[in-house]
Amino acid sequence: MGIRFILMVNKQGQTRLAQYYEYLTLEERRALEGEIVRKCLARNEQQCSFVEHRNYKIVYRRYASLFFLVGVDNEENELAILEFIHLLVETMDRHFGNVCELDIMFHLEKAHFMLEEMVMNGCIIETSKANILAPIQLMDKAS
Amino acid sequence: MSGPSIMDSLFQRTLDDLIKGLRLHLFDSSSSFISKSLDEIRRELTSTDLATKATALQKLTYLRSLHSVDDSFAAFHAVELTSSPRFHHKKIGYLAASLSFHSSTAVSLLLTNQLRKDLSSANHHELTLPLHCLSSICNPDLARDLTPEIFRLLSSSKLFIRKRAVATVLVFFREYPDAVRVCFKRLVDNLESSDSQTVSAVISVFCELASREPKSYLPLAPEFFRVLVDSRNNWVLIKVLKIFAKLGPLEPRLANRIVEPICDHMRRSGAKSLVFECIRTVVTSLTNYESAVRLAVDKVKEFLIDDDPNLKYLGLQALSIVAYQHLWAVVENKEFVIKSLSDTDPNIKLEALHLVMAMVCEDNVAEICRVLLNYVLKSDPEFCNEILGSVLSTCCANFYEKIGDFDWYVSVLGEMSRIPHCQKGKEIERQLIDIGMRVKNVRPELVRVGRDLVIDPALLGNPFLHKILSAAAWLSGEYVELSNNPIELMEALLQPRTSLLPPSIRAVYIHSALKVLVFCLHSHLFSTEIVASSPFCVNDCEPRLVPSVTGFPESSHLTSSETLPGYEQNEDFNPRFLCHSLEEDSAENDGNTVVAPGPSSPSASLKEEHFTRGSIIDLLDIVKTAFGPLAGSHVVEVQERVRNVLGLIELVEQEIRDFPKQKEGEFSMEKLEASEVIKLLHDAFEEEIGPVSLSAQERVPIPDGLMLNENLNDLETICADIHIPTSSSFSLGKSHFEERGGASLLMSETKEESEPSSESTSLLAEHRKRHGLYYLHSETKETTSHDYPPANEPKLRSDVSDDVDDLAKLTEQSLVPKKKPNQTKPRPVVVRLDGDDIGIAVKKPESKDDLISGAVRDVLLGKEAIPTSSSGKHSEESSSKKRGKEKRGNTEVQGGMLGKVRKNIGARREKVVTTMVRAKLDIELMGLWMWLHKHQLSQIFYYSLKSGININDIAPAIFYFARGGSLTINESSVKAYKP
Repeated sequence: MGIRFILMVNKQGQTRLAQYYEYLTLEERRALEGEIVRKCLARNEQQCSFVEHRNYKIVYRRYASLFFLVGVDNEENELAILEFIHLLVETMDRHFGNVCELDIMFHLEKAHFMLEEMVMNGCIIETSKANILAPIQLMDKAS
Repeated sequence: MSGPSIMDSLFQRTLDDLIKGLRLHLFDSSSSFISKSLDEIRRELTSTDLATKATALQKLTYLRSLHSVDDSFAAFHAVELTSSPRFHHKKIGYLAASLSFHSSTAVSLLLTNQLRKDLSSANHHELTLPLHCLSSICNPDLARDLTPEIFRLLSSSKLFIRKRAVATVLVFFREYPDAVRVCFKRLVDNLESSDSQTVSAVISVFCELASREPKSYLPLAPEFFRVLVDSRNNWVLIKVLKIFAKLGPLEPRLANRIVEPICDHMRRSGAKSLVFECIRTVVTSLTNYESAVRLAVDKVKEFLIDDDPNLKYLGLQALSIVAYQHLWAVVENKEFVIKSLSDTDPNIKLEALHLVMAMVCEDNVAEICRVLLNYVLKSDPEFCNEILGSVLSTCCANFYEKIGDFDWYVSVLGEMSRIPHCQKGKEIERQLIDIGMRVKNVRPELVRVGRDLVIDPALLGNPFLHKILSAAAWLSGEYVELSNNPIELMEALLQPRTSLLPPSIRAVYIHSALKVLVFCLHSHLFSTEIVASSPFCVNDCEPRLVPSVTGFPESSHLTSSETLPGYEQNEDFNPRFLCHSLEEDSAENDGNTVVAPGPSSPSASLKEEHFTRGSIIDLLDIVKTAFGPLAGSHVVEVQERVRNVLGLIELVEQEIRDFPKQKEGEFSMEKLEASEVIKLLHDAFEEEIGPVSLSAQERVPIPDGLMLNENLNDLETICADIHIPTSSSFSLGKSHFEERGGASLLMSETKEESEPSSESTSLLAEHRKRHGLYYLHSETKETTSHDYPPANEPKLRSDVSDDVDDLAKLTEQSLVPKKKPNQTKPRPVVVRLDGDDIGIAVKKPESKDDLISGAVRDVLLGKEAIPTSSSGKHSEESSSKKRGKEKRGNTEVQGGMLGKVRKNIGARREKVVTTMVRAKLDIELMGLWMWLHKHQLSQIFYYSLKSGININDIAPAIFYFARGGSLTINESSVKAYKP
């Protein structure tokens, strides 16, 4: 399934966005997020961005105060996922203009929508920033 | 977000308000704020106004995804909103549904119609909403009902709809395999699409499908190959490489074709992700192509020297994959690997450790272990245990095949136990015992290591070591005949600080003490007698060993010849040393006078020869004083064992004490009842314990007429009629001794012992059932205070500093392919059982995958008969043939085993009870009991009845061994008992 979940977490460990591509109950999610956040946030800049956890590989990257964590299955290419994270951040940057934690907090729906444009069912389906943002801009115009 | 002017919606909090509120209440009362908002949301959701409802649901979705609030109560409202004519409401409804529904949400059935409607919508933006929703909430019903819609969308003129449909199709296949028959052809057609995003989606889908069942997709190889060569999109290339990594090993001709393009990509591409994927494909699936592997390893080297820790990590990972078949690749980069052991990143360290372990072979295992153990001392506890764990698992892999010198390995195990932070007690315990059972030649060293561990009072304070101590105690007891100084061992086993041990391990200590005691008594009683008749052949004191124990030639050799100086020393062991250790002990015990008073005299009175009468009596005294207080222990395991030991002492003590001093000549010790008992016990303990194959029990058929599940309650009535039997229809061997004072003494004791209520007996039985192995696992963790200095003082660290260089040097030396030096010691025999090799049966693939691939095969074959698919089938056939062969092989093995077992039954009938005693620690007590009652089952039944022990508690044990072929109980013999 490629990507299993995408999390955005701030420095304090609070989840700012959570998108799962497989069903987990609320308790499972809470436990999983807690474990992963504890593991990844304890690591420093000199350490690599890959962590193995349960049967997932977590690829993460930190941008300012936000951590982007992507859980993938063991087959997935880690470097490609890092590029994907970067693409996601660039896309958000283009839309919000210097994206920050607050943007994502107050526009969670839009962030989800962007993710939907990029990833479907764990597969990456769109990598062009313009294509990703086109429907959102349309929506913004409409409302 | 302005709704109609109803009071509710006018004053409704928007999502922004909610978020701001949450931020205000961040620290003090966020949970109360959330519950207040939830109440509001519940109320607003029931509103008839869609806008109000939408805002409420939006807030709820937010709370769910970030604050894990359960929103299942709003499922219906989400469905309701999806039918709104307004796109905005629809979007909120679908988002809520896709985030919170799952395949078993009941209301998702209500969505079916709405989804169908929206999937046929003319507005393509509206179309994407149901597709996304479907991909996360799909279940078999939805998939079945909506397959036609998806089929239509697969050829939609809008590309971005088409690619979404492609991505959704994967879920449909998984939930509803019949969808494959409908949609597969269109899916394949999309591979030809000019749009790279669509191709990417299709390839992703195939990548997923192929990872489960690659064989079915071989016919599509040409299409994939075209993508591999033509595509310029790295995402697509990565996915297609993954597919080829699966297909390559299945079809050599295909592998031939793809090697070149992959190498091309590796050489040309600037994208590290693609290069890495090429490397991974080569090292996993194309390992036979030397030049490709060479190129991949060169690329890996580039990764390793990069500053980016990510590339380093991946490089190491690639190396560990390639290490299986091309160890040279690791050796080439060993310097880097070893440097990485001290990296700042624990993940990188771990990978490096795996690689170091991969380099281990018989020639360098000692050196690598030595350096790693030094390294352990300076690393953090977590990594320290990682190192220990991997050293342990590497060394024991495949029956210790990498270990040539077991003496060395055993001493390393002893060393490891003393490393601070060591938490691998369980594994060390297992290996110590396993080696003891499998490798005969190493037993003297094992006993030495075990002694060092048991004797050190400081170790008892460390709960992590208790497991190891239990193994050490067991070894000391089991192989006590190899010990230099049994009395010293006995004192170690009885030392006061054993009270720090958990009861289950204490029980092992007590049992080992029993073994040592029996050994001492035996050598006292019998060597005295033999010495009296022929003073020069002390060592032949156990003549029965030679003829009777067929499986034990090695050990009889050991005990009766000069190869083992230690053994002879036990006849004349060093009194000075003993004195010393005793002083030490009593000094340490300091005021605790449980042990102290007895032993000073025996050590003085020890003569050159053997255990003198005085020393034995003192030994008995020590044991009695040490065990006396334990007889009232609340832990049944401890209590029962202690009472057994004390009972035995009571039985023999009087006779030894009364035995006139200078009468060896005229009055043979053999005649004593005590010596008879001791001889029997000693015989029992002498039997060698060997490794047991996991599947051994299953291979023994249940004898005809044996009803294992029959309720045995009615036996009580049968036994009630039986008086103390005079005839012995059940006697299984020759009864060796007359029933005299000894037996009756024991009888009374058993009665005494079994006074406790039947409740406790049943508890005991329960406990036994659960802990059926040699010894018991600790379940209670006692938190005992210990004021002793820590057991493990870290060693001086001066020699640790440059161990990295050491390791580098040594690997340089030892990894150059060189001839094995002529070893001074030949590798000892390691016992292996054929059963050990039989792994767990391979799991069958999921039935659904079978369905999918079956459908795929049908579709592909129907489309065009491509020859490669037949090769797939062929290989399947051949594999099934192979399986058949394996099966036959298995039964042959089984047949062989059965024959052996049957043959053994005859040969070993004499030793029935001995075997019983040996086979299970818990059962040993029973076996003992049986021996002392002249093997008469009838008596067992009788006593069990008299003493209130439920017959059912013993019966399974008897039948257990009957099943094992050791005891000949069958229907006729049971019938013989009916009045």
